[in-house]
Amino acid sequence: MSAVPALAVESLSFAYGKKRALDQVGFQVAAGQCAILLGPNGAGKTTLFSLITHLYDSREGRIRIAGHDIKSRPCPALAALGVVFQQQTLDLDLSVMQNLRYHAALHGIGDGEARRRIQAELERFGMYERAGEKVRQLNGGHRRRVEIARALLHRPRLLLLDEPTVGLDVPSRKAIVEHVHALTRSGDMAVLWATHLIDEIHPDDRLIVLHAGRIRAQGSVNEVLERAGATDVAGAFEQLTARKEAA
Amino acid sequence: MSLPHYLRALKGVMGRELLRFLHQRERFISALVRPLLWLFIFAAGFRSTLGVAIIPPYETYILYEVYITPGLLGMVQLFNGMQSSLSMVYDREMGSMKTLLVSPLPRWFLLTCKLLAGVLVSVVQAYVFLLIAFFHGIEAPLEGYLTVLPALILSGLMLGALGLLLSSFIKQLENFAGVMNFVIFPMFFLSTALYPLWKVQESSEALYHLSRFNPFTHAVELIRFALYGQFNLSACLVTAGTTVLFLTLAVLGYNPSKGMMARKGGPGA
Repeated sequence: MSAVPALAVESLSFAYGKKRALDQVGFQVAAGQCAILLGPNGAGKTTLFSLITHLYDSREGRIRIAGHDIKSRPCPALAALGVVFQQQTLDLDLSVMQNLRYHAALHGIGDGEARRRIQAELERFGMYERAGEKVRQLNGGHRRRVEIARALLHRPRLLLLDEPTVGLDVPSRKAIVEHVHALTRSGDMAVLWATHLIDEIHPDDRLIVLHAGRIRAQGSVNEVLERAGATDVAGAFEQLTARKEAA
Repeated sequence: MSLPHYLRALKGVMGRELLRFLHQRERFISALVRPLLWLFIFAAGFRSTLGVAIIPPYETYILYEVYITPGLLGMVQLFNGMQSSLSMVYDREMGSMKTLLVSPLPRWFLLTCKLLAGVLVSVVQAYVFLLIAFFHGIEAPLEGYLTVLPALILSGLMLGALGLLLSSFIKQLENFAGVMNFVIFPMFFLSTALYPLWKVQESSEALYHLSRFNPFTHAVELIRFALYGQFNLSACLVTAGTTVLFLTLAVLGYNPSKGMMARKGGPGA
């Protein structure tokens, strides 16, 4: 496994005008690790993702993806990054294949190689049979699978998932949670998964609890439970996100 | 990031835009119906009212329909530029613009790809319009159909860059009605698309000067001259200069630290 962390965030702060959305946020995600960014709605998760994906820039703090600074070297940093946004970002009027080919082209993957990778990723998610269908014809769970397959096409070092299971039924949610955890076990790709649903956490995940723009706790599930003085993640989450200005 | 990477990305963005355009038949039809209404109805009604003297590039008296054809080509491209802008604001609201912006390529290049894709679509529309106009009896010299191509590309670039610039400032789709009223209509009516400058000057010196400084006037004149196999240097320089200005401002507008993206007030933008 690589010694360079897949993601390193240092002293990151961001404000929308006078409203502070992130305050001195710092954490790392190592290669092959699945980190769960846990926080209630409005905690700052999506802002953090917008900064990691370089949709926004912050004057305070630093973000490095696979060792590349997102501000000074955005292209290699973004090349190492796969993203599934909270909002669905597939083109509904194009087929699954056309959507994935578009992504492959943006990442400079040639036609033949793109075909091979698309087939492999869609097969992994059980979606290859539906490659010719328009995205509009797919249900929410299948669209999410296609988006994850798309985010993996260029073989990123870090996969970002911003609440990817919101609005999905229980079996679809479960399938996606299992798929993503299987991904980190099978290679050295790291995952940063933002969620407010505690049942998506596996025992060996790393937890980062974000609340009101600040990190309230981080570490293994056991470390976070200890810090919060709770016996389960639900209790710890409640404890850590109830204390608004503490920590 | 290598040259083949840039070329593949350009091909990918252009291919996607063309596919989307082909899937949206209503967009294609409405893009054609608008100028054709002006050509078939408006121009027929005004034919006897608006006499046009012999002015370059024309060498003889011409029908009003012939005069407004280059202006309507400009209109096709003006509306296409605004349509691209509208679809970019929509893409941003729906999230698919993010897919483009998180690609590992410089933002100026990604926006230029988007711009070129829009130009490709607008040139296709312009030629279909010219074909229908041809069967309606409005014939340009044969070589004009070839020489007009670079002019259409340049004017398409300018109007597409304007669309990009507007999309970087417009926060929501609802604000687009304002664009129609404050950008499209003034640009179109304060230009040589429907009447020559000397006609405007006869009525109002102020409107004449506004029209003279309107970059759309120069885009229309560039197309008009090119359609008759002639090159209008000043129109070309103004159109090219305005393209560079609009595109630079648009790239700044989409810059994550300097532009409007960071000021839109929330992560959903």
